[in-house]
Amino acid sequence: MRFHAEPIDFERQPGVGAPLWRGRAADGEDLLRFAISVHRHDGRLCALWGSDERSNGHGFRVHAIFALDEGWQYLTLDLPADDPVYPDLSGVFAAANRMQRATFDLVGIRHDGEDQRPWLRHGGWPADWFPLRHDAGDSPAHENRPTDYEFVKVGGEGAHEIPVGPIHAGIIEPGHFRFTVVGERVLRLEQRLGYLHKGTERRLAGADFSTGAKLVGRVSGDSTCAFAWAFAGAVEAACGVEPSPRALHLRALLLERERVANHLGDLGMLGNDAAFGFGLSQFFRLKEDWVRLNAQVFGHRFLMDRIVPGGVAVDADAAGLAAIAGQAETIEREVRELQRIYDEHAGLQDRFLTLGPIDAALVRELSLSGMAARATGLLLDARCHRHGYAPPAPWGTLAVRPASDERGDVAARVAVRFAEVYESLRLIRLLAAGLPGGELRVEVAPVPGAAGVGVIEGWRGEVIVGVQLGADGRIARCHPHDPSWQAWPALEHAVLRDIVPDFPLINKSFNLSYSGQDI
Amino acid sequence: MWPVLKRILKTGIVSEPAPEAGDVHREVDRLNDEILRIVGRALTIREVDAGSCNACELEIHALNNPYYNLEGRGIKFVASPRHADMLLVTGPVTKNMENALKIAYDSTPDPKLVVAVGDCGCGCGEVGALFGPNYATCGAVENVIPVDVRVPGCPPTPLALLQGILAAVRTR
Repeated sequence: MRFHAEPIDFERQPGVGAPLWRGRAADGEDLLRFAISVHRHDGRLCALWGSDERSNGHGFRVHAIFALDEGWQYLTLDLPADDPVYPDLSGVFAAANRMQRATFDLVGIRHDGEDQRPWLRHGGWPADWFPLRHDAGDSPAHENRPTDYEFVKVGGEGAHEIPVGPIHAGIIEPGHFRFTVVGERVLRLEQRLGYLHKGTERRLAGADFSTGAKLVGRVSGDSTCAFAWAFAGAVEAACGVEPSPRALHLRALLLERERVANHLGDLGMLGNDAAFGFGLSQFFRLKEDWVRLNAQVFGHRFLMDRIVPGGVAVDADAAGLAAIAGQAETIEREVRELQRIYDEHAGLQDRFLTLGPIDAALVRELSLSGMAARATGLLLDARCHRHGYAPPAPWGTLAVRPASDERGDVAARVAVRFAEVYESLRLIRLLAAGLPGGELRVEVAPVPGAAGVGVIEGWRGEVIVGVQLGADGRIARCHPHDPSWQAWPALEHAVLRDIVPDFPLINKSFNLSYSGQDI
Repeated sequence: MWPVLKRILKTGIVSEPAPEAGDVHREVDRLNDEILRIVGRALTIREVDAGSCNACELEIHALNNPYYNLEGRGIKFVASPRHADMLLVTGPVTKNMENALKIAYDSTPDPKLVVAVGDCGCGCGEVGALFGPNYATCGAVENVIPVDVRVPGCPPTPLALLQGILAAVRTR
């Protein structure tokens, strides 16, 4: 299959996962031309990573995942071992910038563009040592000294910088924000991330499936179900295994419970950041009830390690399903009451409305996916039918309705979260009422040398995991991709019309993952 | 205004023992009281995420929900280590956070307490081993700063966190 007449032949990935086609670019120009074509057709750059293929008699490889209306296009480009350079895609897709820099830090393959600043490497390891190369060995002795980072300087009278982080004021993940302000007005925000880089991809190299699932399930603790499902989907596609309908429906139940838990928590935090402590108390009470039932029925408050390659590690009995359906009723009633209070609270709406706006054009330019993209009016949701796109099982039969709001501000992101809570509660009731039969878990026999990609609509957005197996059937290379990669730059734009004290509220309305991006 | 007050009245005080999770609630009350009896007034905590996946942070957030009602009892999270009696640290400590963690520790006035949180922060269990020291991490919190108490778990429950805070107060 070809896309938009580009001369690259794609083949559909087998299995029950998201519609994804794989192809190979003949050279760098091929890759660049395909990227331009995707951009011209309002597509997105979803992920980019590198791998060392020298032990297989090749050089290095760049992996890029794009998205068009029909689904995802997974394109690889082989690079020579002696001079691994590929064309800079950031001129086409701004989202490529940080991913390309991270790819150099980890694998040592370079894009030919201007911005060669390190991204994940702060000074913890030598600049000429690349942890994901096969012959990297143990990390060399190296003094861990923080390095200077070249933030873009803003000149002019009265402009000054406010450095924030890496340790922030609350109970939040670490990262550095460099604000340039005049008075209180934000002129520019530049993020420096990577503080949580824990070498997860290196830990994944050589791992078996069960270890891999545990590691990928901890890329971002608030999205453990989405990552575990995307990893399982990638492994199953690689090994030609299809989980049973029961397993797929249970996965959907777990994923929707994860979505509701996160939205409940964030709706409380959003009230709190606008000085409405009542919201925090109420929503955190509901969230606690919610995760306690997770523990009671599924054995873990955040549902870690419940989704595994081949299926799921837990079942739900009739009593558990009844409790889940009953709780969905109660929570919906309470959330609707709280939404009325939020909607009618003048002080709260005064903070939410027109704050931190982004629009659909920017969302397209930054390849954003998920909740924040839907809050600008784009009906982009991997679980939902749209023109030219059919969602994978089990979503197709559930007829998921995408939430949408066209305003693009904090108020819109709040409204989308409320709408998604109600839709997830509807799905949860539907799933709890009619779980199909089938095995909980089927055996996944590794197929040496096989590769697969899993795509799941997590609560923030599109979670992608790419897996390549080695000759021994273990994981040779695995790249977990969090949607925050694309959304962090959107936050840099969202703050530009507002003042510094508004930042916490704007930030919380996105609530992006640091750990997911830093891996 | 009225709907807010109505909701507050309807919710009541959930921090009191409730029948469906009675044991948990009673345990929470006992732990809070004991911490305050020992500290005598108020305990201030600076939380430092030095490498966590954010799951530990979610459970630390939960300590402030009305069920555990931490702040309502005088135990408070503060913004600066200079205002803190205790550092609550999650891991594995990354190389990129090693320096910041040391600065936060040095900035905390003596006598200070350090509680390492989670299997990664404690360097224990299967997950702690999976996220052990490598090129990007130093592993457990105790590899970087002195630790008084460890609260394992992936992530530890809010109850386990409360017990750990209590244990740390007892070490002094």
